[in-house]
Amino acid sequence: MLGFAVLAGFAWLVLFGLFLSPNDQTQKTGVRILYIHVPSAWLAYLAFGVTGISSAFYLVKRTRSLVWDRIAGASAEVGVLFMGITLVSGSLWGRITWGTFWTWDSRLTTTAFLFVTYIGYLAVRDLGGTHQQRARRSAVLALLAVCEVPLVHFSVKWWRPLHQQESVADGELSGLMLFSLFVGLISFTLLYVWLVMHRQRVLALNDRADDRGLDAALLERRNEVVR
Amino acid sequence: MIAMLHAPYVIGSYAVTFGAVGLYLWRILSQARTSARNVPNEELPWK
Repeated sequence: MLGFAVLAGFAWLVLFGLFLSPNDQTQKTGVRILYIHVPSAWLAYLAFGVTGISSAFYLVKRTRSLVWDRIAGASAEVGVLFMGITLVSGSLWGRITWGTFWTWDSRLTTTAFLFVTYIGYLAVRDLGGTHQQRARRSAVLALLAVCEVPLVHFSVKWWRPLHQQESVADGELSGLMLFSLFVGLISFTLLYVWLVMHRQRVLALNDRADDRGLDAALLERRNEVVR
Repeated sequence: MIAMLHAPYVIGSYAVTFGAVGLYLWRILSQARTSARNVPNEELPWK
């Protein structure tokens, strides 16, 4: 059901984003990238926030469960995916509006730094050890990494970079443009829920497969000793 | 409609988005298939 809602949302996004919404007066057709760039950035923030909250739940003794760790891992993966999409779509948009794919301004640099940090987080999750060891070390790292999210978000206010200020909160968008953006935000949020749900199930399956592999190896070793 | 001048960038950004999501989905599915071979049916998380 959720999968169908995601597909329908994306069909609407393509329809409104590419065909029905009007051109911007200054950015012309370039504004159409907004409908995927802003939702993907929002999704990455949401994903990293969920990773941080789930990690906190894992670290608190009363709520400790590997389910929180798997949700954190799944959410971080989806966040990295959408942060990557944000960087690529932003760089294509930058080529249209600024005439360059990349510039070292504060928003772009902090976003790239956040992207690399969470790639590091995923690498740390893949280090050896038990599931509990993995969960503990990655939870601590997630709580440190999530502090970068406000830094990225407020970088446009604190350092006045080339990157534009918030256009939604400032009321610069209206009518079909604002509607198209909301279609994008809703579709991407549904996609996030759907991806995390499935990814954390696969992570649970991987953990079970690991446990069974370990049990089989222990049994084999015991049999060797008995022989 | 999309003017020809910016079409490669605009369409490219949509293509990258859908392509990346598609690849990620494919990765999830292939990893699920591989891991499911090592776990009995009754222990599968979606059963």
